[in-house]
Amino acid sequence: MPDFVELWIYLSATPLFGLTATLLVYLVANAVYEGLGQHPLANPVLWSVIVLTTGLIALGVPYPSYFSGAQFIHFLLGPAVVALAWPLWVRRAELKRHAVRLLLAAIAGGAVASLSAVGLAYAMGLPWEIVLSLVPKSVTAPVAMGIAEKIGGQPALSAVFAVLTGLVGALSGKYLFDWFRVPRDQAGWPARGFALGTVSHGIGSARAIQVNSDAGAYAGLALGLQVILSALLIPLVFRWIS
Amino acid sequence: MLLQVLGEALSRAFDLPFPGPVMGMMLLLLALRWEPLQVVVSTTAPWLLSHLSLLFVPVGVGVMSHLSVISDFGWQIALVILLSTWAGMIATLAVLRFGRDRQGASRA
Repeated sequence: MPDFVELWIYLSATPLFGLTATLLVYLVANAVYEGLGQHPLANPVLWSVIVLTTGLIALGVPYPSYFSGAQFIHFLLGPAVVALAWPLWVRRAELKRHAVRLLLAAIAGGAVASLSAVGLAYAMGLPWEIVLSLVPKSVTAPVAMGIAEKIGGQPALSAVFAVLTGLVGALSGKYLFDWFRVPRDQAGWPARGFALGTVSHGIGSARAIQVNSDAGAYAGLALGLQVILSALLIPLVFRWIS
Repeated sequence: MLLQVLGEALSRAFDLPFPGPVMGMMLLLLALRWEPLQVVVSTTAPWLLSHLSLLFVPVGVGVMSHLSVISDFGWQIALVILLSTWAGMIATLAVLRFGRDRQGASRA
């Protein structure tokens, strides 16, 4: 038994732990997700995060020592965003044709998501710091943190809000789109994907990519547009107000 | 894969408000005119993207470890995020649909 404890202490301190734990938990979560016919509520990101967080707390592993291993996975996020260029290139003719409409939809979706959050939070009397940190929540977490810093929000809070927004979109998008009778066909998939990517950035896009390749491509485009628009417009609007 | 990392490193050199990876994505989109690159990217990119969910797990775990930050206002924040996320998606869909109807009308 002491051997086991020693081994455990050794293992949990090495980067291998975070890496292996993340991969194993995700593999199981993804298998369950596939087994349930990609049910939105079985979202593999959500369940991996829940299992890993609970596990880390139960085992008393601090986040930094987990991240020393998980960073190898985290690092791939950058190249993955770069790789989003590929599905866009494949559909370049189609995208050019709809450029104006897509741009308008991205601006409208981003603005409504951000303003409605600010308005609601303000109406509920939430602290100003939280209200400001809600502004960039439809942008992928690392960018949201950068924007929050510029406009006087809390970067850490913004990251939390961004991830939650991503999960809400990935979990509920399907039902919302069905409710609004967005068809599941050639015309409907791009719209579904684009709406998910606009509001729920990377986590929404990851879901879209798994469900349909057209939805995934448009989600990726929306994610990229949202990053560019938010990084430019949010600080500008704030400078203009104040 | 190497090219993507290179693209990211390249984009970091520009001091723009966009993060490196997004600059990298735009650069790659321009660079894809070059055919040998298409061959490489056509295999690596779909592979990487099919595992996109996995890549968000470490960030997600970090965020959940900070959940206590918002526990004071838990339900208000949950409500704000839920409603604003839906509002944003509906707005996006509405604009997309409006554009389609108008296009359809002009064609008819």
